[in-house]
Amino acid sequence: MEASKWMILFEPKNLKFLMQGLQWTIELALVSIALSLFFGMVICALRISQFRFLRYPAFFYIESLRNLPLILLIFFTYFALPVIGVNLSKFWAAVVAFTIFTSALVAEIIRGGIQSIPKGQWEAARSQGFTYLQTMVFIIMPQALRKMIPPLLSQFITLTKDTSYATIIGLQELTGQASLTFIEYNNPIQTLLLVACIYFIINFAMSRLGRLVEQRMAMG
Amino acid sequence: MGNWHDVLSYSGKYLSGLGITLEVSLYALLLSLAIGVVIAIFRVTSSKVLNGFGAAYVEFFQNTPLIIQVFFFYYGSPAMGLNISGLACGTLGLAVYTGAYMGEVFRAGIQAVPKGQMEAARSSGMNYLQAMGYVILPQAVKIILPPLTNQMVNMVKNSAILSTIAVTDLMYQTYLISSDTFIVFEVFIFAALLYLTITVPLSTFANLLERRLQRSS
Repeated sequence: MEASKWMILFEPKNLKFLMQGLQWTIELALVSIALSLFFGMVICALRISQFRFLRYPAFFYIESLRNLPLILLIFFTYFALPVIGVNLSKFWAAVVAFTIFTSALVAEIIRGGIQSIPKGQWEAARSQGFTYLQTMVFIIMPQALRKMIPPLLSQFITLTKDTSYATIIGLQELTGQASLTFIEYNNPIQTLLLVACIYFIINFAMSRLGRLVEQRMAMG
Repeated sequence: MGNWHDVLSYSGKYLSGLGITLEVSLYALLLSLAIGVVIAIFRVTSSKVLNGFGAAYVEFFQNTPLIIQVFFFYYGSPAMGLNISGLACGTLGLAVYTGAYMGEVFRAGIQAVPKGQMEAARSSGMNYLQAMGYVILPQAVKIILPPLTNQMVNMVKNSAILSTIAVTDLMYQTYLISSDTFIVFEVFIFAALLYLTITVPLSTFANLLERRLQRSS
């Protein structure tokens, strides 16, 4: 009885069904990671700008969005944006919500990295005739990057886990497919354990990769 | 403006949802603190078995989605012949998940206290637990407090996921109100503001503590 609840999951038909979900999960994660990295950099640039009219909105954006539940944002992009004429598919509604949320956190990670570099580095570079941009790109960023990579990777692991929230608007990613599977075969324990292992493998691999990069950078 | 008036007429429902959100977060917080302390102690003891268990716990629960864990308790418990309420399943799921993070927070705090402190306490005749309780943890608290407060913010935010297992929290009530009134935009904005009234003070407090810690070190 219990064994058959496991066996049924490994039938090609059901395994394929779950893998289709996994594909959505990976696509969601990759697109959202790329977009939140980009927008995170933009928001960080605004956040550390010398101009108040850029700095304040960025501060407001970061502090409000990172303090909201992600699923509220997903509901919002999917159900509320159409009211103002923005119709997004389930996939893009989820991507937009993940990007809005994660870019706020990425901006703070990048800012933390930049601000951890001693002020003397700035002064030294500027006094050598480097412009602001040159100092940022050639002196500050290479040093800050080392400090940013571990927290960025752990943020992206969180994002990969959070893609499971897309199931609430009916996107059939891995968690959504798992729910349909265990409802059909009445095997929630087995299905959820299997799916947990799939998520685990992806995220554990990412966190190990992060540690490896960290060690490499510490050496070099 | 009419929409806002309708939204505000549901404030009773909003508040009852907010109450559940806070209640769940509080219970899950207490439970996750207990789990966190145990896991952290496992991870810093010299016993390889406890060490391995602690590490496995942290890795497993940090690397799998919260919603899977919550679903596991909610849909899995009847399959195991247990009859537990959605509220209890959700609180348990939230606590088990956050416990892994709390474990790491405590471990980092404990390991930041110099080794000599433990040795000195032990050589003064304290046993391991006494040394931990009276010497190490009080010093670790300062380091632990900012990330701990951040975890509390995460707890409140993450608790919204319990709406998917029919816990009548703020998120659930918001969803009901929007399908009741067909007002979506304002209903969600109002819920967002309610969440922010809880999370922003907490995370501001965490930032404050962090800055103070940086200055003192």
